[in-house]
Amino acid sequence: MGGVDAARPQPPAGRPLGRRAFLGLVGVGLSSLLWGEPLVRLLDRAGGALPDSLSAVIPSPAGGWRIYAVNPPFPTFDPATWRLRIDGLVRQPVELSAAELRALPRADQVSDFHCVTGWSVYDVRWGGVRFDTLLAAAGGVRPEARAIDVVSAEEPYVDTLTLEQLQSPDAMLAYDMDGAPLTREHGAPARVVMPQMYGYKGVKWVARLHVTDRVEPGYWEQRGYDVDAWVGRSNGA
Amino acid sequence: MPGSVAPTAPSARRIARFDATERTLHWVHALAFLVMLASGLVLYVPALTRLLPDRPLAKTIHLVTAVAWLAALALIALAGNRRTLARDRREIERFDDDLRWLRGRPAPQGRFNAGQKAHAIVQAALAVLFTVSGALLWLGERDTDLRLPGTIVLHDGAMLVAVALVLGHLYLALVHRSTRPALRGMVRGDVDAGWAARHHPKWAAAETPGDDRV
Repeated sequence: MGGVDAARPQPPAGRPLGRRAFLGLVGVGLSSLLWGEPLVRLLDRAGGALPDSLSAVIPSPAGGWRIYAVNPPFPTFDPATWRLRIDGLVRQPVELSAAELRALPRADQVSDFHCVTGWSVYDVRWGGVRFDTLLAAAGGVRPEARAIDVVSAEEPYVDTLTLEQLQSPDAMLAYDMDGAPLTREHGAPARVVMPQMYGYKGVKWVARLHVTDRVEPGYWEQRGYDVDAWVGRSNGA
Repeated sequence: MPGSVAPTAPSARRIARFDATERTLHWVHALAFLVMLASGLVLYVPALTRLLPDRPLAKTIHLVTAVAWLAALALIALAGNRRTLARDRREIERFDDDLRWLRGRPAPQGRFNAGQKAHAIVQAALAVLFTVSGALLWLGERDTDLRLPGTIVLHDGAMLVAVALVLGHLYLALVHRSTRPALRGMVRGDVDAGWAARHHPKWAAAETPGDDRV
């Protein structure tokens, strides 16, 4: 638009406040690329201090999750038939039902979740089982064990983490999120939580923990992402 | 002045408010907004994600619509009636009695009242912000230098503001009794002259027959 109004003989009435407002709004909006994320983070932290019933009704746009799946529809969790298989380089491969998984010693934690595409969710409350506990349920690992291929029920999603990484004090196989069982879109009934790494390492709809002696590139790593996905220290960050 | 409008009763006479270029611009914008809102919400709200879990499809719809929307805007600016567009811009960006009107004082309004001007200005700014943040999200998938932490916040924030504005816009266009007659102006191009005289007296007076001022 523009340029044509030069043909008008008389100057238009009024002041160009609208033009200034437009430019101001665009300027403020673009500057929020710098201050928007810290502000939302601050509000989110403040919101975390509110009771659950209250914070549940407050929309938190950037505090929200985005659901990624590679092979829709999402896998369906049937408590009657679901089994978590732990096999490979373990002494006694096992299959755990959902009830047996929940009967294992429970761990709780609050941690942040960072997606490699730039969004984060802060102060997520997870409940689940540490990987040492899971491996102990399979009689422990053999000496040559180095890593676990975490296989999703959503084929062909898979990702490998080293035993050392999975023994981080804040790594777990989670079945509860924010005080409730994982919902279908969040990976019911169990997902990996690895807060120090980007979310693509956090396999959802976990079906199998296959203990191996080497790290294989996972689903996204075969498509260019870093195998060691440390938050802030990988993927060009 | 012949055919001066009766300020109280609706008249059979209509006056032209929006030409084909303006209406095309409006409906291209509206349609694109609704498609991008729907596909964006599927990408954004976990409960809706369950309804359409095919994320790549939702994303493709969103991106194709965005490109088509920008191309259509460019086409309208090139092939449409540029004199009309320039007049719209001039009318929307100039404020004289409008600040009085916004404070609730009586101030005769032109073709756009101050609220409509403010709405158009904010929507125009949002269009720029959607485009910039959307482009950064898209390009950031390939080039990590363009991945800014605030991009999603801006895109989401613009969406929330835009939805609130559009809800108000729909209420005034479809529900509110005294503003509902304006809808015809954006569908058929003309509005009832009596209604125009009550709501946009400065403009209605200038549009009376025999007066070729625009």
